[in-house]
Amino acid sequence: MKKIATGNKAVAEAVKQAAPTVVAAYPITPQTEVVEQVAEFVSSGELKSRYIAVESEHSAMAACIGASITGIRTFTATSSHGLLYMHEMTNWAAGARLPIVMANVNRSLGPGWNIWAEHTDALQERDTGWLQVYVSTVQEAYDAMLMAFRIAEHNDVLLPVMVNLDGFLLSHIMQPLDTVDLGDFIPPIHLPHAIDVKNPAGYGCLTGPDQQFRFRWDIERSIRDSVKVIEETEKEFAKRFGRKYGFTEDYQCADAEVVIVALGTLGKEAEVAVDLLRNEGIKAGSMRMRWLRPFPTLDLKGRQVVVIDRDYSFGRGGILATEIVAQTREPVFSVIAGLGGQEVTYEDIAGFVRNRRIGEEFWFGVNSNV
Amino acid sequence: MDIIAEIPKEEYILKCTSACAGCSDSLSLRYVLKAAGPDTVLVVPACCTSVIQGIYPNTAFNVPVYNIAFGAAAACASGMSNAFRAAGKKTNVIVYAGDGGTLDIGIQAMSGAFERGTDFLYICYDNEAYGNTGMQRSSGTPLGARTTTTPAGKTDAKKDIDAIAAAHDLPYQATACAAYPQDLFKKVQKALAFRGPSFIHILAPCPPGWRYSTEKSVEMGKLAVKSGMWVLYEREYGKLSIGAQSKVAMKKPIPLEDYLKPQGRFKGIDPKTVEILKQRIAKNFAKLAAEEAAS
Repeated sequence: MKKIATGNKAVAEAVKQAAPTVVAAYPITPQTEVVEQVAEFVSSGELKSRYIAVESEHSAMAACIGASITGIRTFTATSSHGLLYMHEMTNWAAGARLPIVMANVNRSLGPGWNIWAEHTDALQERDTGWLQVYVSTVQEAYDAMLMAFRIAEHNDVLLPVMVNLDGFLLSHIMQPLDTVDLGDFIPPIHLPHAIDVKNPAGYGCLTGPDQQFRFRWDIERSIRDSVKVIEETEKEFAKRFGRKYGFTEDYQCADAEVVIVALGTLGKEAEVAVDLLRNEGIKAGSMRMRWLRPFPTLDLKGRQVVVIDRDYSFGRGGILATEIVAQTREPVFSVIAGLGGQEVTYEDIAGFVRNRRIGEEFWFGVNSNV
Repeated sequence: MDIIAEIPKEEYILKCTSACAGCSDSLSLRYVLKAAGPDTVLVVPACCTSVIQGIYPNTAFNVPVYNIAFGAAAACASGMSNAFRAAGKKTNVIVYAGDGGTLDIGIQAMSGAFERGTDFLYICYDNEAYGNTGMQRSSGTPLGARTTTTPAGKTDAKKDIDAIAAAHDLPYQATACAAYPQDLFKKVQKALAFRGPSFIHILAPCPPGWRYSTEKSVEMGKLAVKSGMWVLYEREYGKLSIGAQSKVAMKKPIPLEDYLKPQGRFKGIDPKTVEILKQRIAKNFAKLAAEEAAS
């Protein structure tokens, strides 16, 4: 069914269809519309979930953990400081192998109080064991949410999944949304380690070094296994509903001599920049990173790379740029742009490519000459 | 509502726990689980009970135990209770947390779970310090007690968590003490019969923490009640009933010194502090007596 919706409403629509048994969430700008809409669906009876209006994000994730371990489907949503407040429990969720699905509306971190888009919130969760996907349109937010439940709950994965959408730039933007008849796309959940009072077990007990080491490796092994599950899920989604997704969304990359790599809406904006650059005779392409964990293998051989980070690791560099430099020997120009919701247009992105200074880092709006 | 205390023979705390000798946390839990029975899940934040249950892949507890981060027990139990009820299961969800996990780091989550009417039982076993990490002060440590972070004795009073719990208008709340297992057993059964949140606060004397010899845990609990340092009572829908043992103490408490003296943590306590403790006991007795008379 075709409608017009915001990114937040699209997330809520997907939650309604995936029908988690328990939703535990705490409101935060710019995520609020997600929880309001889910609460509305629960109130109207369209969604048969228990909505736990917890008193903090730490409790939101703890409640999802307590619910999930009984073997049922769970969902939460947050943003920025809410995600950071959860941090202890996001680690717990992954370590406990619970397929919790979370929508995170990317927002910058205080101080000062800035509610606009930035990816540093989610990227600070990079090492927790969560799978992370970044979306760029309202439709993709909805589609990625549906796939997230199927991927998280797959018995070769059993890890939580975070769906990231840019605050305001996507959460509050209205775009067309084509909802699907879900059918059995998300199979019933079966958690092999669910609590069973007839077979009592201890969960998260005191654990020695050797066993703990194995648990850590098991998480990594499952993240590696998730690559196949993600590919299968995206393939099945395309087969059933006609929309194709991959680890990256490549635009004009086949013959590209310079490739723009970015997350979220910046990655979509880059496609327009590519058109501009191609008109000028510059063989540019765009490789929008969708999945950050597991980290995809990017086809960058023989190309120059312009990485745009809407995030930063102080004392080191753009987080995405740092990760890409670790994977490729190709030359990289690192652009830091869009922090705190700074406006970045396709004209700006085209400028980054035209005036690229390979091997350097450039802070848009702070440094001159680009 | 009268419940006859027929304490079952079934054991849910198996042999070979890693508890200290004379531990009244494990003694209390033994009776809690006998009262709750096998259709029970324990939610345990970081505390002595995280250790007592044993080391993976073994466990000495014969009910499922979900271990969770320090401040998160009540929130975790919220999710679990809702999930069980959604599935039509009546499984008891019991938080078993120490004073640090309840009075300090877990108080927000507990208050939230109470306010939301979560169907669960929250039990705080209170040994009046962070026992697991080697006896640092908690807000449950009484005035004058020495801990590793109050080497000269605590200068602040014990936080009144029971009053805070009562402010949530719980269907059922009680205090108990490891030295009175039958009373504890009855209170747990009663708490689990109520729908919605209930709270039991157990005084759990701790030989290494309070510095008395290991065979004296039961005696120490009894001295706490007889001196009035601990009062046994319950509130059903706000109606207070003071326990028989505490009524005796209210009429004629034993000298507080009898309770303080055997404990190394009160060694060298200033007489002025003892006087303040006595005044607080008298004030608390008067407050509870007035409440009982009015309810």
